[in-house]
Amino acid sequence: MDPIAFGIVAACLLSSALFVVLSKNLVHAVLWLAVTLATTAALFVLLQAPFLAGIQILLYTGGVITLMLFGVMLTRRHERLMIENESTGSRRVPGVLAGSVLFGVVAAAIYRTPGLPTGPGRMVATQEIGHAFLTEHLLAFEVLSILLLIAMIGAIVLARKADFGAETERVMPVRGRKAT
Amino acid sequence: MMPLQPVLLLSAALFSVGIYGVISRRNVIGILLSVELMMNAVNINFVAFSHYHQSSVGQVFAVFAIALTVAEVVVGLALVILLYRSQKDVLVDGARALKG
Repeated sequence: MDPIAFGIVAACLLSSALFVVLSKNLVHAVLWLAVTLATTAALFVLLQAPFLAGIQILLYTGGVITLMLFGVMLTRRHERLMIENESTGSRRVPGVLAGSVLFGVVAAAIYRTPGLPTGPGRMVATQEIGHAFLTEHLLAFEVLSILLLIAMIGAIVLARKADFGAETERVMPVRGRKAT
Repeated sequence: MMPLQPVLLLSAALFSVGIYGVISRRNVIGILLSVELMMNAVNINFVAFSHYHQSSVGQVFAVFAIALTVAEVVVGLALVILLYRSQKDVLVDGARALKG
């Protein structure tokens, strides 16, 4: 991996992630998240994982960002758009504290671990990934598909219009209510 | 030739930024965005280890993580819409009375 290319990608990734966290307007935050995910795809290309870069672009920048934009636009209220995204100082301080402490601990752990590989990597062919899915990790693969189905049905059930009351009233025996 | 450490450091920094977002945001969708950042950092770790250990298992797990993230986003947004419908707001401050 070329160090210069890695530096450029890392700078883009970190700055766009900071914009995701810091921007007041939520729509801007979602769009910066799209930039972050696309830059991650570039990093995957640098790490010689073209299949995952494709998945990243297709699933994240295609699907998740669209879903997020839908979510923002379905739930925001125009008059409070700026106020409600503002983070107060009492929230920022523990956030900075937790983030920096975690980063310090992980960085120390990374530099104290001996025997991390340094040599050149190998490009993993897409055939190998598919083969691993259908032989070694077959059970996990099937469980994952069932999980996706469950998540889809659950989301539909949750987000459906909750007019159970009206429906049961309509379905309930009308005669009994007429009598009262 | 680059060693593995810088990639791990980049991923840790991304995860920390995500943690800051989760703690400091008041909007539930903002929190979901920050969780996305953290998941992304984890995926970078998977792919980096897969690359430097010359094995395909890391990429397989990255695919699993991506699919799980998508499921999480779908259910999370359904919950956000439910929250908005019940209290006309998506701030975490107001979401204290979640019983029933």
